[in-house]
Amino acid sequence: MATEHAPAAQEDGHEHPGWSTYWKIAVILFVITGVEVSAFYIPAWETSWVYVPSMLTLSTIKFVLVVMYYMHLKYDHKLFRSLFTGPLIVAALTLVGLLFLFSKLSIRLGLLS
Amino acid sequence: MTATTLPAADHAADGHGHGGGHYTTLGLDNRKVAIWTFIGSECMLFASLISTYLIYKGRSIKGPFPHEPWTEPATGKVFPAILDIPVTSASTFVLLMSSFAMVLALAAVQNRNLPKNTLGEKILGSSKLWLWMTCLMGTAFLGFQAFEFTAFIREGLSIRTNLFGSSFFTLTGFHGAHVAVGVCWLFSLLAIDYKRGLQPGDATNVDIAALYWHFVDVIWIVIFTLVYLIK
Repeated sequence: MATEHAPAAQEDGHEHPGWSTYWKIAVILFVITGVEVSAFYIPAWETSWVYVPSMLTLSTIKFVLVVMYYMHLKYDHKLFRSLFTGPLIVAALTLVGLLFLFSKLSIRLGLLS
Repeated sequence: MTATTLPAADHAADGHGHGGGHYTTLGLDNRKVAIWTFIGSECMLFASLISTYLIYKGRSIKGPFPHEPWTEPATGKVFPAILDIPVTSASTFVLLMSSFAMVLALAAVQNRNLPKNTLGEKILGSSKLWLWMTCLMGTAFLGFQAFEFTAFIREGLSIRTNLFGSSFFTLTGFHGAHVAVGVCWLFSLLAIDYKRGLQPGDATNVDIAALYWHFVDVIWIVIFTLVYLIK
């Protein structure tokens, strides 16, 4: 379908993207998930040191795409951005802090070792 | 933030938005402010559940384990790695595509009054179609989860078996409960659409449901990677 609806104007005056943008995002999400699942079954990738960083990066890209385009945070009022990113940062810091606290993560300090 | 008595010029003169919402002093619909605040608090809830899972990961004394087989010392019975990646990958695809359907349902409601001449425009403009798609895919995701939980229990992993079982069922169970609430919410929108038709004035109500649904989706994106794909 090549039809493209005009971007919908919102009550607060912000415009949302059109169908073609939503479609492209869906394809990107689909492809990234396919790559993630494929990587799980490729031993050379799955056992290498790049596996975890690459999985986290791909997951973050998907997260950001859904939040920015499907949840329209890119187009909405900045207060909504603050209401979401503020608690998200607190949540992420809490998660990382707890992982350090329970020795799941560690920083090697050469001077102290 | 209080509801203003002096709404912005393009808002209804009584300070009410379309569909019954009030506007804040910033000219923002208070229902959207509320849902974003709620989503922010939910981020912290799920961060605590994910943290718990990650902290307990690899600390179970007895199996079954998520990614490695385990032999029970007393009986010699071998338990295979319990996570079923192909099934969960399928459910992940379904949930991601349900977000796509949801965003099209919202666009259909917002563009209700635009002329629809071609078949493509009629399909894209059908909020009922996209709401049905979203509901069905959400229900399918719950079906996948019920299948997974049932298989785990049959294979010897329950919420009381070990630390992995406790943290896994709590995390994914909470997420599944959120999906179930979202499916009920979407079916209620569908019922309204059949009863009187969702109009552009209802767009904020649909938008709020859509925000909740997409949030459930992004949480699953994180869970899928951290729990299923990273050993």
